[in-house]
Amino acid sequence: MLDIQNLQVIFGTGRLQVQAVKNASFHVEAGESYGLVGESGSGKSTVLRAICGLAPISGGHVRVDGKEVTTPRGKAFYRTIQMVFQDPYASLHPRHTVDRTLSEPLAIHGVKDAETRILQALREVGLGPSFRFRYPHQLSGGQRQRIAIARALILRPKVLLLDEPTSALDASVQAEVLNLLEDLRHKMGLTYILVSHDLAVVAHLCQRLLVMRNGESIEETTSAALRSGQASNSYTQSLIEASQGFSRDAPQPASSLAT
Amino acid sequence: MTKPLLEVEDLRVRFHLRTGTVEAVRGVSFQLGRERLGIVGESGSGKSQTGRAILGLTPPPGEVLAKRLTFDGIDLLTASKRTLRTLRGGRISMVMQDPKYSLNPVMTIGEQIIEAYQAHVKASRAEAHDRALAMLEAVKMRDPGRVFALYPHEVSGGMGQRAMIAMMLVTEPDLLIADEPTSALDVTVSMEILRILDEFVSERGMGLIFISHDLKLVSSFCNRVLVMYAGRVVEELEAKHLREAKHPYTQGLMRCLPTLADDVHPLPTLNRDPSWAL
Amino acid sequence: MAGAPSLSQPSGWRAWLLSPEPGSRWQARLGRFYLGWRSFTRNPLAVMGLGVVVLLILVAIFADFIAPYSPVIGGDLRTQRLLPPSETYWFGTDDQARDIFSRVIYGSRITLWVIVLVALIATPIGLLVGTVAGYLGGWVDTVLMRITDIFLAFPRLILALAFVAALGPGIENAVIAIAITSWPPYARIARAETLTIRNSDFIAAVKLQGASTPRIILGHVVPLCLSSLIVRVTLDMAGIILTAAGLGFLGLGAQPPMPEWGAMVATGRNYLIDQWWVAAMPGLAIFVVSLGFNLLGDGLRDVLDPKAAK
Repeated sequence: MLDIQNLQVIFGTGRLQVQAVKNASFHVEAGESYGLVGESGSGKSTVLRAICGLAPISGGHVRVDGKEVTTPRGKAFYRTIQMVFQDPYASLHPRHTVDRTLSEPLAIHGVKDAETRILQALREVGLGPSFRFRYPHQLSGGQRQRIAIARALILRPKVLLLDEPTSALDASVQAEVLNLLEDLRHKMGLTYILVSHDLAVVAHLCQRLLVMRNGESIEETTSAALRSGQASNSYTQSLIEASQGFSRDAPQPASSLAT
Repeated sequence: MTKPLLEVEDLRVRFHLRTGTVEAVRGVSFQLGRERLGIVGESGSGKSQTGRAILGLTPPPGEVLAKRLTFDGIDLLTASKRTLRTLRGGRISMVMQDPKYSLNPVMTIGEQIIEAYQAHVKASRAEAHDRALAMLEAVKMRDPGRVFALYPHEVSGGMGQRAMIAMMLVTEPDLLIADEPTSALDVTVSMEILRILDEFVSERGMGLIFISHDLKLVSSFCNRVLVMYAGRVVEELEAKHLREAKHPYTQGLMRCLPTLADDVHPLPTLNRDPSWAL
Repeated sequence: MAGAPSLSQPSGWRAWLLSPEPGSRWQARLGRFYLGWRSFTRNPLAVMGLGVVVLLILVAIFADFIAPYSPVIGGDLRTQRLLPPSETYWFGTDDQARDIFSRVIYGSRITLWVIVLVALIATPIGLLVGTVAGYLGGWVDTVLMRITDIFLAFPRLILALAFVAALGPGIENAVIAIAITSWPPYARIARAETLTIRNSDFIAAVKLQGASTPRIILGHVVPLCLSSLIVRVTLDMAGIILTAAGLGFLGLGAQPPMPEWGAMVATGRNYLIDQWWVAAMPGLAIFVVSLGFNLLGDGLRDVLDPKAAK
C-alpha cells in the first residue's frame, strides 16, 4: 500500500539547513497498522508530513499503491490518504461549525449527498446529529478529536495518518479514541500509520513499528517483541524501561540519554 | 515526623464568574511531611488549582477558603503579603509544566538563578554566582559554566526544565510543588528530571507535591497518592497499594491505559458515575 | 471546570439562542451573535458609541424630514446673516444666511457616504493584500509588503492631498484618496494575523483535503482576520472623518455649496471670534461622530478580539 524508501527531508537552505529526516525506509501493507515511535526531534511526525505533502521530500521515494507521489499531490491522492492531527484544539477551525468542517471536504471534491454523508460520518465516530451545528468551543477534547477523525474519514480514504492522535487527551478519553480507531479500522479496512511517543499506545494499535531517533530509523520491530521486552537496540530498550514508569533501582547515566 | 510540614483542611477554590459561581476545588484535605505526595486527576479535576491555592497563586476572580491551610505553623490564609512573598520562592517553590513560559526570555539562565537566590538570601554577587553554578551542577547539567550564560531559547526542553528546577531549588525550599513538571518532555528526559527531584527529597528532606495526570508515573514516583475527581479527593492511598484501589474511578483510570504488559482489546473505558462528583 | 454552576436556567428564546446543541446553521450563528451582543452591551460606553452611529445613520436617512430649512439656499442676506442660535435657527445661521442646523443634518449624509465608501474600498484591498502576502509568503510577500511600506511611509493627509491635487478637488476624489491611503495598515494587520494561522493544524487539514489556495484564503484565513480588521476600521473611522473634514477645510474635498462639515468649519474660521457658532456647530458634529466610532470600536474589540483588549 505504502512504500517509503530512504526518505530524506531537509528544511531551509545554507546555514539554516536542518535535516529533519536523514534516512527512513519502511513498507506498509494494505489493511496493516504501522507505528512510528520516537522522542521529539526524531523526525517521526515529519515522515508523516512528507508523505502527505506538508513537508518536502528531499530525497528517496514515497510510493502509494506502487506509484510515486507527485508534488503537488492531486485530488485523487487526498481521497486515498488523510491525516488526523495531534492537538484537537488546534486542528478544527475556531469559527466553523462541525457542519461546515465536515462539508468542506465534500464541497472540494464535489460529493453530492453531503447531508447524508455528514450525518453518517457523525454516527461512525459515535456522535449524534445533535453535534452537527456546534462550534469547536462547545466540544470537549475527545469530541473534537472524534470530529477530526470524522473529517478525515468523510472522503472514504484507504490510509489514515495518525499524528499522536491521543497524546493531548485524558487517559480515559484516550482509551475511547483508541477503541474507536481500532473499530473503524476493522469496519472499513483502513491502513494506519500511527506516530506516537508512547510505546504502549503504539503496541496497542499496531503490529509492526519503526523506532526512530535523530531523523534515522533505529530498528524495525513488532509489538509482540516489545511486549516480551526484546529489543536488539539499547535505545529501544531504554524507551521500554522508561515507559514502565519511574524506577529508583536502575539509575542510568544521564549522558547516555540526553542529547 | 512529629509535625506535618503542610496541613490542608477543607480547601475550597471558587471562581465567581458572570454566569455564576464555579467551585474548582471542593473541600480537599491532606497533610504533608517531608515526603513525596502525588495528586492525580484528569483535566478539570482541580489538581492544579489545589497546588496554586497553596502558593496563593489563584488567578484573580478566584477565592480561596479553607478551615486550615498552614505551612510549618504559619497560616497561609491570614499571613501578610510580605510574609507570603518571602515564603514563596524561598521556602515554598513551584515548578510549572512548560519551561518555555516560566523562564524570562531576555535574561540568561545564570542571571535568573542569581536573581532568585538574592531575592531571598542576603548574599554577595560572587556568592550567588557560585551558588548558581553549584545548583546547575546539582541538576546534572553538563558544562554548567556554558549553560549559565545561555538564554532560555538556546536550550532544549529538558535543559530548560532542569534550569527551572535549579532556579526553584537554589533557595533550598522546604516544599516544592511540581505541576506536571515532565509532561512536556520526552520520557527518557523526564526520568532524569524525576531522578533529580528524587535526590532533593531524599537527601535534603524536602517535601514534594507532584501534580500529574499520569497515574502510572505518579504511583512509581511518590509515596502517597491523592486521586482527584471533580474538585474532590475521591481516594487517598499508598502508592504501592495502587493496585488495590477501592474507588471505581481510580480503578477505571488504572485499567483504561494501554500497557506493554498486557494486550486488551478493546480497552476498558471509564463510565463516569454522576455520584462520584457529589 | 468541574463543580455545579449555580446558574439559573434561562428560558424561552434565550434558551434557544444559548442552546449547546443548536439544531440548525442559523441557530448556531444567532447563538454566537447573541453571546457577542451580550458581552457588548455590558460596556455602556460602547452602547453609547453604537447609539451615536445609529443616530448618524437615521439622521442621514431622514435628513429631508428633520432639517427645517434648505441646506444650500440661504435666507435674506441683509437680515438673516450670522444670527446666533435661537428658537428659529437652533445652531444659528452662517455668512450666506443659511440655517447651520439644516446644514449639519445634511452634512451627515456626506460624512456617512465618505465612511461607507472608504470602508468598502479600503477594507477589502487591505484584507486581500495582507492575507495573500501572509499566506503565500516568499517573493509575493516581499513585493506586496514593499508596496504597502511605500504607502505607509507618507503621512496620510499629505498623501491624500497629493492624490486630490492630482485627481482634482471634489468629494469623490477625496474619498478615493482617503481609501487609497488607508488600506496599508489593514494589510499589515491582516498579514500579521495570517502569519499566526497559516501554519496551524486546521489550515494544514484543509490543505490535505485538496482545497485550492483561493479557497483556503477566502474561506479559512479571511474569516479569522476579519474581526480584528473590523475593530481597526471602526477605530479608524474617526480618523477618516477627520481626514475628510481636513480635506474639506483645505478646500480640496467637498466643494461649496455642499454642506460638508470640514468645509463649514473652514468658512466659520473667518468669524471665529465674534460668531463662534459658525465653526463650533459642525466642529461639534465631527467630534461627536468621531467619539461615537471610537467608543464603538473599543466595545467591538472587547467582543471580537479579546486578546487585544487585555
